[in-house]
Amino acid sequence: MSIDLAKALSIFINNFDMFMHGVMLTLLFAFVGTIVGLLIGLVIGGIRAIEINETDSNFVIIIKKVSQLFTRFYIWVLRGTPMMVQALFFYYFLKPVFHWNYLTAGLTVISVNTGAYMAEIIRSGIQSISKGQSEAAKSLGMSSFDALIYIIFPQAIKNSFPSIGNQLIVNIKDSSMLNVLSITELFFQTSSIAGSNYRYIETYLVSAVIYLILTSLASLLLNYTERRINKSDRNSHVDFCS
Amino acid sequence: MELLEIKNLKKSFGNLEVLKGIDLNISKGEVVTIIGSSGSGKSTLLRCINLLEKPNDGAIYFGGKNILSKGMNINQYRSRITMVFQNFNLFDNLNVLDNCTIGQTKVLKISKEEARNRALHYLEKVGMAAFKDASSTTLSGGQKQRVAIARALCMNPEIILFDEPTSALDPEMVNDVLEVMKDLADEGLTMVIVTHEMQFAKDVSSRVVFMDKGVIAESGTPDEIFTNPKNERTRQFLSRFINN
Repeated sequence: MSIDLAKALSIFINNFDMFMHGVMLTLLFAFVGTIVGLLIGLVIGGIRAIEINETDSNFVIIIKKVSQLFTRFYIWVLRGTPMMVQALFFYYFLKPVFHWNYLTAGLTVISVNTGAYMAEIIRSGIQSISKGQSEAAKSLGMSSFDALIYIIFPQAIKNSFPSIGNQLIVNIKDSSMLNVLSITELFFQTSSIAGSNYRYIETYLVSAVIYLILTSLASLLLNYTERRINKSDRNSHVDFCS
Repeated sequence: MELLEIKNLKKSFGNLEVLKGIDLNISKGEVVTIIGSSGSGKSTLLRCINLLEKPNDGAIYFGGKNILSKGMNINQYRSRITMVFQNFNLFDNLNVLDNCTIGQTKVLKISKEEARNRALHYLEKVGMAAFKDASSTTLSGGQKQRVAIARALCMNPEIILFDEPTSALDPEMVNDVLEVMKDLADEGLTMVIVTHEMQFAKDVSSRVVFMDKGVIAESGTPDEIFTNPKNERTRQFLSRFINN
């Protein structure tokens, strides 16, 4: 058991372009997956948070119940199966419909998968908001939809920002599973390089270090953003005190 | 002219019957205070009027229509009957001004400019205009409640419901809020107020309603209720206040 660090460095330098190509794709998948996943999560989590009013017409009640059943099913399946399986299943299953390539299929799968986790994050974020917020919105005559968009979601996203950001870090790592779709992200590139030079230990060490740098940078970015969000509260406090 | 007619309103939570058939009419310009011990159903009645609680039985007529019948536009109705809460419930993600404009722009579909002017007008009225850019979470309780009153006023509602508006406030801040409400009463705003502030109820009400165990035990002018209550329970409830 020995690691040749000099060799690792030379592997990194010699294959720099391949690694960087992998990094770019990994980041693409992580960011698209997280952002689109958040949007999906807002829709799914929002539907899960909609209440059924006794004054709703029967038609509206049925619509609400069916969409809630659908969201439960969505979260149940997508959280309960591996993304690798989802990737292959959806790629082949929907290929006759969408005629898609690996890249779009991969972006779709990571977004849809992240959406299931985001939905639960958003739902608990919504539950952490005092009931008085939505009651106040109702008392002014705001529709449930407007209340969600302008009052509830902004607070839910802020409250659960650490968990939402965590999904970005998870996605940087989990995008590696999409190698099964021959997507040339960082893990796929690493495997190709290792397969041609037979220096598995050094090559995967380089890969691990790159992943660690990416996740650390993402952490810094998230911490910075979180501080900015919290600071905006304090600033407005200072404004009127002065 | 009757603005609101409540007929035989009933509300239960599980097996607990909180409202056992309430009949109450509110006329334009009236200030009706609802008093009574905790658990008598005062707040539930107010929340039923705004449909934050769905009544089990009865009718609420507003503008000649029973708003409890199926297919009524509840949001439109609510924008005519706004509410001020015990715990203020200002929107935490919005500053003071936006708290007062969002209902106008989203519900009444008023232009941003006009909504802003109206908000500033009412914030001025409650003495909070200087705080228009402050984040609502940084205000004191009394300040929050005054903003909440401005927010309710901004909808130009027919009636404002006040649910124990001073119960969560420091004693020092209670007067600020009561002063604002007193001004509004003097200007002829129709108000329904659930309160434990007996002196205030006596001073501003055109009618006082005493609730006990889910029914209206007695109602009358402040003079009738506070100096010469007919009902035994009313006398008991007010004994401390009257003797003082």
